[in-house]
Amino acid sequence: MSADALTLPPYGDFLGIAVERDETDTLLFRMPFGDRVAGRPGFLHGGAIAGLLEIAAVGTLRDALAEEPGASVKPINVTVDFMRGGRVRDTFAAARITRLGARIANVEAFAWQEDRDKLIASARMNLMVRRGG
Amino acid sequence: MPMSPLSLATMPDAHPPALQGFDPEAAIRLIANVGHNGAIGTHYVTHGDDWAELALDYRDDLIGDADSGVLASGPIIALMDMATSMAVWIKRGSFKPQATLDLRIDYLRAATPGHTVIGRGECYRLTRRIAFVRGYAHDGDPADPIAHVAATFMMTDEA
Repeated sequence: MSADALTLPPYGDFLGIAVERDETDTLLFRMPFGDRVAGRPGFLHGGAIAGLLEIAAVGTLRDALAEEPGASVKPINVTVDFMRGGRVRDTFAAARITRLGARIANVEAFAWQEDRDKLIASARMNLMVRRGG
Repeated sequence: MPMSPLSLATMPDAHPPALQGFDPEAAIRLIANVGHNGAIGTHYVTHGDDWAELALDYRDDLIGDADSGVLASGPIIALMDMATSMAVWIKRGSFKPQATLDLRIDYLRAATPGHTVIGRGECYRLTRRIAFVRGYAHDGDPADPIAHVAATFMMTDEA
């Protein structure tokens, strides 16, 4: 278990995100609703949703690399699809590593609210992986 | 329908005065100081016929990498989402509801710690239902951008 992946950057704290592991050992990222993540009245801000998705993708990848001392990751790009407006309630996110190569990782992240099958947004990320410090 | 946004896209000869029904400075004051935009601290810089520039000041609580002090990418996405949204409203000449369909951002390099980030969004194509936008962010030198963005918006007041 990696303490690193569970330690969020200051921006993760700013968004109020908490991390836990679910029963399948998947990292689950939860962002409570609040003024800081609010967009137009009654809805989440798309930027906050994108921030949550990125934190889930990067955290999940760092966790997968936890056994490799000195490994680090750096985002190259991210594409976010917004499927539904996020409402005034907790938002969850989890990520799946599609491929972890020697230099590049492909990661997908998903965000939902009350129903895990009804995504509000998803993201695809390419990240650079540096191994062995 | 109070005003046809179609006219903006299909009548290039009758180019509408873009700012007739939309004042970017006033709008930004309205939406940039509340909620997430207010929390990250975006503010107005300047605008043109189909583009807008906003700024995001460096702040410790927006850091994405504690070791390097580099700003997180999330606030830069929020900044670019906002700057490109402004560009659409300016080009449409009205402040109508819209939703981001998708947004892609390429992180060209890390923002320099301590520097204010400028986000410039441009609406290069507007149809009745969809707006196509692009933009970039820099931290002092527009010729050396930190990020490039492409996104689309959907008009939510159209059936």
